[in-house]
Amino acid sequence: MLATLLFVSVLVFLVVRVLPGDPALVMLGLEASPDTVARLRASMGLDRPLPVQYVEWIGDALRGNLGRSIQYDVPVAGLILSRLSVTLPLTLMAAALMTLAGVPLGVYAAIRHRGWGDYLTMILSQVGIAVPAFWAGLLLVLLFSVRLGWFASGGFDGWGQGAGGAVKSLLLPAVALGLFQFAVLARTTRSAVLEVLREEYVKTARAKGLSELVVLFRHALRNAMIPILTVAGVQLGQLMAGSIILESVFYLPGLGRLALGAITARDLPVVQGVVLFVASVIVMINAVVDMLYGLLDPRIRYE
Amino acid sequence: MSNVPGPRAAAGLRLAQRGRARGRVPRPLRHLTFTLGLAITALLLLTAAVSLVYTPRDPLEMSMEARLEGPSESHPLGTDQFGRDLLSRIMVGSETSILVGVIAVGIGMGLGVFLGMLSGYFGGWLDETFMRLMDAVQGFPAILSALLITAVSKPSVVISMVAIGVAFLPVFARLTRASFLELRDREFVLAARALGTGDVALIGRHILPNTLAPLIVQATISFPVAILAEAALSYLGLGTQPPHPSWGLMLREAQAFLGLSPWFAIFPGTAIALTVLGFNLLGDGLRDLLDPKMMA
Repeated sequence: MLATLLFVSVLVFLVVRVLPGDPALVMLGLEASPDTVARLRASMGLDRPLPVQYVEWIGDALRGNLGRSIQYDVPVAGLILSRLSVTLPLTLMAAALMTLAGVPLGVYAAIRHRGWGDYLTMILSQVGIAVPAFWAGLLLVLLFSVRLGWFASGGFDGWGQGAGGAVKSLLLPAVALGLFQFAVLARTTRSAVLEVLREEYVKTARAKGLSELVVLFRHALRNAMIPILTVAGVQLGQLMAGSIILESVFYLPGLGRLALGAITARDLPVVQGVVLFVASVIVMINAVVDMLYGLLDPRIRYE
Repeated sequence: MSNVPGPRAAAGLRLAQRGRARGRVPRPLRHLTFTLGLAITALLLLTAAVSLVYTPRDPLEMSMEARLEGPSESHPLGTDQFGRDLLSRIMVGSETSILVGVIAVGIGMGLGVFLGMLSGYFGGWLDETFMRLMDAVQGFPAILSALLITAVSKPSVVISMVAIGVAFLPVFARLTRASFLELRDREFVLAARALGTGDVALIGRHILPNTLAPLIVQATISFPVAILAEAALSYLGLGTQPPHPSWGLMLREAQAFLGLSPWFAIFPGTAIALTVLGFNLLGDGLRDLLDPKMMA
């Protein structure tokens, strides 16, 4: 995982430093005088060799110093932490909705294999996979805010105003964000349970006269959980990336809006910091899922 | 920690995958899935082809009198905030989606196959390095790469193609690597090598052609994902730029007028969802029809 994280940091560094486009010029704008650009380049250390710049940058990052935001004139790490209070709950709420709806529905479809419940679930999941999350968000706003007036069409008052209000303003975004992953998880669950239900030990359990519920919960589901958990783990990282988009639909002050605003304001350290942070989190989640997979399934061992 | 599972685990994984695929689509729906997918996809391709030579109106022509209109005879899908014809814009938008899809998948597949090939064929430290690199690239969904690249250069449709393509790299690299690992010690390869065939010819003429099937399946899976990603990036302002029509960009513009003109937000979104649905159904149907093992 350390090697992978090292690559992540190198990629983030290289894209910003090596792609055509001078970071100093990006921040100051094209009309800046050469003198000013040169001074900013020197103060940012851009005039030194790339490896030196990288080592210094990553050394700082490891100590929690991601630089200072040009726009807000505060440490980038602090900004990221404060915006996490929106992005993290949004991601977790979407993950909870996806799991609470996707797993039971997938199990139900598997039990009703080739019945109407199964077909309906499959159709629902095809729709869920095809609908873009941000469009789902817009439709939810159209229905629940514009037409029915049950929810605000966006914005976030913060956790200081009480958890109820905060959760309410994150609910529609979480539903829109979780829809796609819910559909994927329902399909995965259905396949995993179907697969397990065909196993000999399930037949044996049924032959012993155990009730269908006991067979399902004690024998089938336990083993089906391995692929389900793996997929759900990977989805957690995707939800975090997806929240960047949903924050724009609902005007939520999270990491995504922070990064998008920073692009407009040419606030390079912030963009770099947010991308480094989110990419690292995704890589770490994937690595943990890999390890869990090995732990959960004794047939899979990493040499 | 290496990603190479033991032979027993690999067999288990294969079994699990086959079983999963078998359970994918209930039997009576299989042909329906394929037919429906084919019909929707054909409709999309036809729309894009027609829009190259004909649109009901000029997709860029503004009309201040006809702003944010609902569906009518003169504008079957209504108009946008500048009075431009939505039907014409959605038609032209299909070109953008297809183009970005093809190029992004092309980038991901081209580079991914190349890296996976080297990884699987040569193995050793090269393989280890490339695979850790792919793990890292997996941390960059299209949205993150696009954010990062846009931070230093102007947003454009090219950036979205690259960002989406890069996000596809790992899956193509891993697929190719797995096929190469399986094939490189097979008898026909050993025989060709014994006859003095060089590495390049071995890879290009003997191994690569045998890895194509799963790659083609993966490409059909990736295509609708690319279309969704393009729409999302354009929606955020990181992809296609105005005034060129793109479905995601149209939704970005529609958001401001949600209360005034809901149709403006409904039609472009429907176009995206239908397209993605069509390709997904086609892909599912194709896999189930083509692979006799899955018919059991």
